[in-house]
Amino acid sequence: MRELLRLPATEIAAAVAKGDLSAVEVTRVHLDRIAGVDGEVAAFLHVDAAGALAAARSVDEQRTKGEPLGPLAGVPIAIKDVLTTRGVPTTCGSRILDGWRPPYDATVVRKVRAAGLIPLGKANMDEFAMGSSTENSAFRPTRNPWDLTRIPGGSSGGSAAAVAAFEAPLALGTDTGGSIRQPAAVCGLVGAKPTYGGVSRYGLVAFSSSLDQAGPLTRTVLDAALLHEAIAGHDPLDSTSIDTPVPSLAAEVGRDVAGMRVGVVRELSGEGYQPEVEERFREAVALLGDLDAEIVEVSCPHFAYALPAYYLIAPSEASSNLARFDGMRYGLRAGDDGVASAEEVMSRTRAAGFGAEVKRRIMIGTYALSSGYYEAYYGQAQKVRTLIARDFDAAYQQVDVLVSPTTPTTAFPLGERVDDPMAMYLADLCTIPANLAGVPSMSLPCGLADGLPVGFQIMAPALADDRMYRVAGALEAELDARRGHPLLDEVPAL
Amino acid sequence: MTITRDEVAHLARLARLALDETELDHLSGQLDVILNSVARVREVAAADIPPTSHAVPLTNVFRPDALRQGLAREEVLAMAPAAEEGRFRVPRILDEV
Repeated sequence: MRELLRLPATEIAAAVAKGDLSAVEVTRVHLDRIAGVDGEVAAFLHVDAAGALAAARSVDEQRTKGEPLGPLAGVPIAIKDVLTTRGVPTTCGSRILDGWRPPYDATVVRKVRAAGLIPLGKANMDEFAMGSSTENSAFRPTRNPWDLTRIPGGSSGGSAAAVAAFEAPLALGTDTGGSIRQPAAVCGLVGAKPTYGGVSRYGLVAFSSSLDQAGPLTRTVLDAALLHEAIAGHDPLDSTSIDTPVPSLAAEVGRDVAGMRVGVVRELSGEGYQPEVEERFREAVALLGDLDAEIVEVSCPHFAYALPAYYLIAPSEASSNLARFDGMRYGLRAGDDGVASAEEVMSRTRAAGFGAEVKRRIMIGTYALSSGYYEAYYGQAQKVRTLIARDFDAAYQQVDVLVSPTTPTTAFPLGERVDDPMAMYLADLCTIPANLAGVPSMSLPCGLADGLPVGFQIMAPALADDRMYRVAGALEAELDARRGHPLLDEVPAL
Repeated sequence: MTITRDEVAHLARLARLALDETELDHLSGQLDVILNSVARVREVAAADIPPTSHAVPLTNVFRPDALRQGLAREEVLAMAPAAEEGRFRVPRILDEV
């Protein structure tokens, strides 16, 4: 057996189910790994060792009693700190929620517990999921296990780094404009954003409600499919959750892609793209051709406007959603001297509790929604959203899935873009269109450029999440076979 | 220039953010760059294009009007910045001090 820490989640669960490994043993090994390397990686904001061991003991008891175990039972998981965990600190990477222990679990957290997964703790993130590098965490930046001087992506950078550093076999992230796929790409992982509404948002602290989705970050496509299945499904507590059966995804991994029509998006290439990233991408497309998929170039002319539309829509929704942080019912309260009014206390609390990027986005959103500017900014951005959805519809008339690089470049050095918001925003250039249209999308590693991972993005029509897993599974198998091993075998030892 | 420093100060008041002078200076420049860039959405958004607020069109989502347990009051108030007599204690909301 390969070293326990490096096993795919499916193999850990199989070993636990057979009794070859106990869930407690698996959990202890991962807690030890966190203790050993997280000082350098900073993937976790909070480690819940006692909670994890209790959950592990309960899985082991279930097994001893002969109760059936799910396909991921006994596997540890890192939870992005934007998802509420009952009694366990949930900060969203923000000072304004420092010390908050939610009185309820997010639906996805409840579901992973019910599936016998073992939450290890809360993963670091850009404050309120606003960022592409995890440098906007109010607490500390996370580092990329491939090169500790570089960013792990964001906003789910802690989730990605935890999996790439073998601190957790699985992680939950959230993706509003690429926050699962971009960290997956730059850390050499598989990451999926489900169809909007496919996974409940209850307990996902809202950033941009019409875009946010939770999803898996894993080392293999099969692990991602199983975790995606475990968290998917209708939830009466989220009125935007879609009332359709949980899609069958794991069954797609291992199918061939012969005859599938794969569309290469012309607009997601060229200027601003690192040449080696484009090379790895083209090689992977050629592999799909070798597997008898039909490769077609398609044009989505309005994707060029996705980034500006996103940076109006997401901040607008954020400025409204983050109004709840008023210092009255939970979280920080600042400047309550007995004289100041509630409104003054609110303003002081928000000034003290929010970081620079969150303030920036609240201000952009407040501007875009203010009378006199609403139509010119937010209203126009909503029209662009329609045009992008139409581009997708037209493309899916010709092809089954769309593909592109996940990110224009590999992981950039920590600090490089912190003072240049526009440069930071470009990291999400390829991932944003899928959020605006609500379609599913995932990233899987397709090789290295100068020693750093490159991500391959697959997008599918709404509710056809199964299609992207079919393509990803086939591509992963072919890439691994040609390389002779999974890409993560090449991550430097910590 | 899309946005002036005075407008930024006004927005900060609307957004209930007590920003200091340094933050206002810094943000004014950054917001100007960002707003100029995102204004590009106007190039393609023609009058006959309907707006999309949500990717999945859902209207009137109802659930059964059944009784269910809410959160426990003590648990919720335990996380409040200030509580008194089983309620949230807030700063003054009226003018008199």
